[in-house]
Amino acid sequence: MKLLVCVSQTPDTTTKIKFANGDTEFDTNGVQFIMNPYDEWYALVRALELKEQVGGTVTLFHVGPKANETVIRKGLAIGADNAVRVDAEATSAMFTAAQIASYAQSEGYDMVFLGKETIDYNGSEVAAMTAEMLDMPFISYATKMDVNGTTATINRDIEGGMETLEVDAPFVLSCAKGMAEQRIPNMRGIMMAKRKPINVIPAVESADLVKVTKYEYPAAKSGVKLIDPENMEELVNLLHNEAKVI
Amino acid sequence: MAVLVYAESLTGSIKKAAIEAVTYGNLTAQSLGTECIALTIGTAEGAASLGQYGAAKVYNVAASDDFDAQVYAQIISEAATQVGADVVVFAHSSSGKSLAGRVAVRTKAGLVSSVISVPEGDQFTVKKGVFSGKGFASYEITADKKVLTIAGNTFPPQVVAQDVAVEALNINVPTSKVKVLSKSTVDGVVPLPEAELVVSAGRGMKGPENWGIIEEMAGILGATTACSRPVADVHWRPHHEHVGQTGVAIRPTLYIAVGISGAIQHLAGVNQSKVIVVINKDPEAPFFKAADYGVVGDLFDVVPRLNQALKKFKESQN
Repeated sequence: MKLLVCVSQTPDTTTKIKFANGDTEFDTNGVQFIMNPYDEWYALVRALELKEQVGGTVTLFHVGPKANETVIRKGLAIGADNAVRVDAEATSAMFTAAQIASYAQSEGYDMVFLGKETIDYNGSEVAAMTAEMLDMPFISYATKMDVNGTTATINRDIEGGMETLEVDAPFVLSCAKGMAEQRIPNMRGIMMAKRKPINVIPAVESADLVKVTKYEYPAAKSGVKLIDPENMEELVNLLHNEAKVI
Repeated sequence: MAVLVYAESLTGSIKKAAIEAVTYGNLTAQSLGTECIALTIGTAEGAASLGQYGAAKVYNVAASDDFDAQVYAQIISEAATQVGADVVVFAHSSSGKSLAGRVAVRTKAGLVSSVISVPEGDQFTVKKGVFSGKGFASYEITADKKVLTIAGNTFPPQVVAQDVAVEALNINVPTSKVKVLSKSTVDGVVPLPEAELVVSAGRGMKGPENWGIIEEMAGILGATTACSRPVADVHWRPHHEHVGQTGVAIRPTLYIAVGISGAIQHLAGVNQSKVIVVINKDPEAPFFKAADYGVVGDLFDVVPRLNQALKKFKESQN
């Protein structure tokens, strides 16, 4: 099976977020970037497991400048066979989806894997857009997948529960917790990753239809009000009369 | 020019997420000087009531109740063309998120997800949370057509008018390539993303057999129960209760965290709650920094005491 795994790069979870230039830009100074955890833990690892089961290739796909190759090398060290990097900044979800769709269309993949969202813009937009551009079914928030021939049986998260469905390849899949377990690259993987090819391709044209004009910090919490553990009537009173939430 | 709202009815009836989306659609239509039109697909009990929340018209397209993003996106895009909508609104729910990107591509629209403000100005500027709650961003949509998904628990339903009759909208429904085998949701419980009151517990509970006091508190408050990641990982609680970065992200009005230390990954999923109460025996637990009210004490003493106080309060309210 030909499997394409789309990975993006995001600030590490513990990053202190700062804005620059009159709060019109995200300040990347001193920020540690990582592979988006959903892309790495769930999408990439599930694709690798599937390859181990049925054979085939796992190709990583990334939109970003050369500096982002650290993240791509990590994906190769975890086990992807090769990688494609679109040499451009990922300026919007629509732009990124257009790059994935254009490449996937020309190469013909059986499954396109993405994480359920990125942990920076939390939009959950790229996978659905890619599926539409490819005119393929889109299975979102997948938590488990069994593949038999070209048919996949997939569990997906829905509000307060779960749905199980069946779909034939090709399709686009967004992966959530449960799909797979994180894999730590070993020394052999890291050494081999250095020799695996990264195919750099130019971007296809796609207009950004949205743009960020301003960032803001959340309002600072005024500080915790501590309540005597013996006096829970006081907590109830505060929740009712002060916070007005019960 | 109109605002079209896809009012989801995944379990066969109109629920809070759809009502909030229509409420938002109405506010947006008012600010643009146009009307809000609601669209339902398949079985949608209670669709007429969407009129109360500001839908000037409610349409239904006869189609399978089995959700398929590809098919539903085609129906919604076609409906947008038929009613002349420039703005299409979804709930930021599992189905809304699966559809919005597809509809944006089909209609060449600019998409902003999980918005928390009504569009402002000539540039159609909307705000959303970014970096897992560590910031907000204002977006301008430069395309003529706009698609938005609306953050849950942000636009409280407002009754502004009456029921309207549901009209059928004739649209060719394409064949689905997805076969839904089964669907299971917990009955009688408000799903976490929609819940306004959430009682959550973590490793401090010491074992799944101790959850009685948490369920009791949720019962008294009419709250939904949740848990932290370690607790879901060892199967003390079902996976769908896990809130946090890798689980469900929620924004209830009240989040009560019992025996949860408040790791940054947990906070990422709950830091947009309006009021946070933290009960923990460790005064150094990082969660206290994000809390509005804190109780430092042994949860096995504090929670039963709190339940008593809540019970008394609820009885006094009746």
